[in-house]
Amino acid sequence: MPKLAELAFARTGDKGDDSIIGVYCKNEPDFEQALTKLSIDAIANHFGCESSQVSVTPLPKLMAFTVVIRGILAGGVTRSMRTDPHGKTLGSYLLEL
Amino acid sequence: MKNFRIGVGAGFAGDRFDGAELLAQQGNLDALVFECLAERTIGLASLRKHSGSGPGFDPLLMRRLEGTLPAMLAREGRVLTNAGAADPRAAADLVKSKYAGAKVAAVLGDDVLEQLNLGSQILGTDRQLSDFAGKIVSANAYLGADAMVQALQAGADVVITGRCGDAALFLAPLIAHFDWTATQQIAAGILVGHLLECSTQVSGGYFADKGKAAVPDIANLGFPFADVAPDGSFVITKIDGTGGLISRETVLEQLLYEITDPHRYITPDLTIDISSVALEQIALNKVSVSGASAIESPSTYKVSVGIDDGFGAKGEISYGGESALYRAQLAAEIIRERWSENHKRGEELTIEYLGYNATRPWKSASSTPDEVCLRIGAHTFDESAAKTLCQEIEALYLNGPAGGGGATARYSKSVGIVSTLIDKSEVHPEVVFVA
Repeated sequence: MPKLAELAFARTGDKGDDSIIGVYCKNEPDFEQALTKLSIDAIANHFGCESSQVSVTPLPKLMAFTVVIRGILAGGVTRSMRTDPHGKTLGSYLLEL
Repeated sequence: MKNFRIGVGAGFAGDRFDGAELLAQQGNLDALVFECLAERTIGLASLRKHSGSGPGFDPLLMRRLEGTLPAMLAREGRVLTNAGAADPRAAADLVKSKYAGAKVAAVLGDDVLEQLNLGSQILGTDRQLSDFAGKIVSANAYLGADAMVQALQAGADVVITGRCGDAALFLAPLIAHFDWTATQQIAAGILVGHLLECSTQVSGGYFADKGKAAVPDIANLGFPFADVAPDGSFVITKIDGTGGLISRETVLEQLLYEITDPHRYITPDLTIDISSVALEQIALNKVSVSGASAIESPSTYKVSVGIDDGFGAKGEISYGGESALYRAQLAAEIIRERWSENHKRGEELTIEYLGYNATRPWKSASSTPDEVCLRIGAHTFDESAAKTLCQEIEALYLNGPAGGGGATARYSKSVGIVSTLIDKSEVHPEVVFVA
């Protein structure tokens, strides 16, 4: 199974303490394969969080997904003291799935 | 009726100046928008305004207008910005004092601190605003396009707002120009705003990656604009010869950006569904967009509430060589002990090893790095404690493990943000033309 990076692109944003990662593919076969890779449990396992924090919305007309990981930003940009308080790097890690 | 051309001159408070200047001077724009307000900006601006330490509006506003407003005025184009932050009235006065011939309007009424009900629920939690009683420094509703439309229809050349929906800054001139009333067109106007509001993120910024995503002349990204047709369909493009890239991919990435639920993207003017938007590359650096659908008009505004969060202190020191990680961890142990034992502080320390686990705290690097930057941060309500942490980090130069370099630390005022809702009937947006 190829890495998600070979099937898809990702752009990461944030709202409060939640990371919002837009993922999309360039063709149907890649989208179908990405669909099987982007299971809630696989994402939770990849980011070391609970499955209940993760949601995935497939958008077939766009061959895209919205992945939301709630509560992963240590309080979010206004509160977190981390190096990357927005979690901008998370999309790149998601592509390693 | 002819198309309307709207561009973006800033997608955040720290955006570049030259992109906007080129657009204003060569873009044949009908409207130019500067989106300059992050979530906590108003809270910090309120603190500045009330302490008298600086203006309540964006200090870069005049710098942004310098190279853009004269050109826009010369072609009877409109300029809209939320750089008014916590004091749009003062910002408008300043603009008018410099550009006497311009009609300058401020939109007031987003400040709802007085109307705030402490019993309101904090979104995404089961807590109430009363949990932060005494610490609330600002409360601003995300206003819609209405008041801006009113200002533009009354002839404003420049409209300065505080908090409003980012997309509303773009929707307003479209409504004022086309007299749109149908929700389908309003939805399209919101989509124009959504795609442009982060400036070059749609034209090649935040996109380039090794191998699969190359961006031409990436140091000179062209700022984007949209040519909007009367029916609401539009084309995203940029000035010929500028750097960057506008492709189906760059537009799709921005379409999905920061939208939690693509079937229900809530904005003050309308909730829209973006899941069936059609994107088509019609020429090099030209992507046509259509198909946002209207869901419903919300009866509430979202309110961003600024909470005094004391001070945030952070600092770093770097180690090199084979035992770099060991020494960085030893340095962290020193800080931890002195913070809790010597200084008797209870605040939690955020400790990261850049190059090892900083952006990925749940999983450390698989091999031991031979250079590491230790980063330590803390929140505290005691300013002297913030200073102490900074001193302790810098003291690692002489008092820490061997070979620590580049120790720096600083602290600043911290404002947290929580969100709540307020009924639209309790909020009264108002347009003021300054003389």
